[in-house]
Amino acid sequence: MRYVIIGAGVAGFAAIESIRSIDKTGEVVMVSDDPHGFYSRPGLAYYLTGEIDSKALYSRSKDDYRHLNFSFLNARVKRILRAEKKLELDGKPALAYDKLLIAVGAQAIPLNIAGAKLQGVMKLDHLTDANDILAFTKRGRTAVVVGGGITALELTEGLLARGMNVHYLLRGDRYWSNVLDARESQAVEARLQEEGVTLHHHVELAEIIGKNNRVAGIRLTDGHTIKCDLVAYAVGIAPRIELANECGINCERGILADEHLQTNDENIFAAGDVAQVYDPLTGHSVIDSLWNPAREQGGVAGWNMAGRRAAYLKSAPFNVTRLAGLTTTIIGSVGRGRDEDVMGIARGDSETWRELPEALVAQGGFDVNHIRLLIGDKRLIGAVLMGDQKLSFPLQKMIANGADISPIRDSLMQPNAPVADLIADFWMKWRENIAA
Amino acid sequence: MSFLNIFKSDSTRRTVLSSGHVVPESSRCVQCGICSYNCPIGIDVRAHVWRNESVNHSECLTCGECVARCPRGVLRFAQTDLFERRES
Ligand SMILES: Cc1cc2nc3c(=O)[nH]c(=O)nc-3n(C[C@H](O)[C@H](O)[C@H](O)COP(=O)(O)OP(=O)(O)OC[C@H]3O[C@@H](n4cnc5c(N)ncnc54)[C@H](O)[C@@H]3O)c2cc1C
Ligand code: SF4
Ligand code: SF4
Repeated sequence: MRYVIIGAGVAGFAAIESIRSIDKTGEVVMVSDDPHGFYSRPGLAYYLTGEIDSKALYSRSKDDYRHLNFSFLNARVKRILRAEKKLELDGKPALAYDKLLIAVGAQAIPLNIAGAKLQGVMKLDHLTDANDILAFTKRGRTAVVVGGGITALELTEGLLARGMNVHYLLRGDRYWSNVLDARESQAVEARLQEEGVTLHHHVELAEIIGKNNRVAGIRLTDGHTIKCDLVAYAVGIAPRIELANECGINCERGILADEHLQTNDENIFAAGDVAQVYDPLTGHSVIDSLWNPAREQGGVAGWNMAGRRAAYLKSAPFNVTRLAGLTTTIIGSVGRGRDEDVMGIARGDSETWRELPEALVAQGGFDVNHIRLLIGDKRLIGAVLMGDQKLSFPLQKMIANGADISPIRDSLMQPNAPVADLIADFWMKWRENIAA
Repeated sequence: MSFLNIFKSDSTRRTVLSSGHVVPESSRCVQCGICSYNCPIGIDVRAHVWRNESVNHSECLTCGECVARCPRGVLRFAQTDLFERRES
């Protein structure tokens, strides 16, 4: 039996761990076009700011690899030949598989304007991208960031930490408008300004101006220009579905996978950022671009590949991140509609965050310690927490377990309700009841 | 991390020493490595988190560096108790 995993991300790695927990002898091969193999992609943000070095990005040790007993092949997969159960590789002999996992992730959507191919136009998908950015910051002084979501801010923070002047361009009137509410966006923007970022609202990039094939500045649609040495973009990501599409595996926005992570070919599975996974609880197939769902999906795919029938049950999507230095937790459904600054889905994002059913909003806190709850009939549907994170863990548990909040629902809905206290109080009792 | 920083955290250390060991909430972790990078004695905290295990390391100083620096609130101190029930 030969298991082949395309992709060295967390989904692929988790799949190998699962396969090995069942099948100790089958051959396992991981193929990836990333020469750096498996490392923490979210960690790239902290590598950019200088909080860690590149060595710290590698999550697993040599011993872990040895223990898992698999081979790593650094090559790009050009085609999947389903009839022959083979992969066509770039510059290497074809590779046969018995069971295949496609875990190729998602990629930044490129800028579609004049000058987008100039040197100094940067994205943040891989370690090589981060290294390119760092090399550039040594030479340049001013950067322009376009786009939205978490990655745009991570780029901004990284460039600031490396001593650059940063202009951040927003198409609309506020940051990440389809996930954050107006006050939350404002809190983030105020912090950015304090850190010295120049914000431009209601602007649109028309062209990147080059000189000697390098970025020299940008022009906006209103005619204004800004001189700069680097343009960093995060305008959304797209699952890398080309390989699957070409060989007739069913895809929509991502590769369609059932709850066993199986595609319409019984020998081919999909997991992680590239997969659009069926959720038996809601009947929808959704895409997440989150580390932990990718790990869980990879793990479940691995079991199924090795013959153990297991289903992936999506839990409430959840992310803790730093937005302009403000620790922020986002759980469940919190927003609505589209954000003008991102196409499709952003990094560290989930489509579920925008599937807001009828819900009422309770807010608490002030400027930097902020809590927003989305309240359904009997349950909490979502929450945003900024600043103080003491309630992050309780809210995650209560939302994931569908805690019945009827006893405090009315109190939560009162104007100026002490939302944080009510939740903390409820949590203590709820936890005891669950334990009992 | 330098020795200076170890001394800086000495006061927190004394309070936490008596109170326990580091436990993770693994579903929050993105394996960024900040915890392991900052542990003054080089415990691979992140590897424990990957396996969803507490840091039951005989050399852990319970200095709290990893808990304080994790950007995702993954780590906390728990009472050392042989019969500890794991929260699910
Ligand atoms: C800067 C940044 C910040 C992030 N922040 C967060 C966050 O705060 N919270 C969070 O939960 N998530 C975050 N994420 C998202 C998270 O990292 C992803 O959800 C996760 O890494 C997805 O894992 P994956 O295994 O599906 O795919 P990836 O990690 O993308 O791995 C895909 C692999 O496939 C390989 N590959 C692709 N095509 C081919 C081919 N044709 N042939 C061979 N190999 C191929 C790639 O080289 C790569 O190794 C962030 C991501 C980035 C980049
Ligand atoms: S610092 Fe936190 S998120 Fe990063 S690896 Fe350690 S536990 Fe995980
Ligand atoms: S408490 Fe201190 S010594 Fe113990 S694992 Fe964390 S950083 Fe290391």
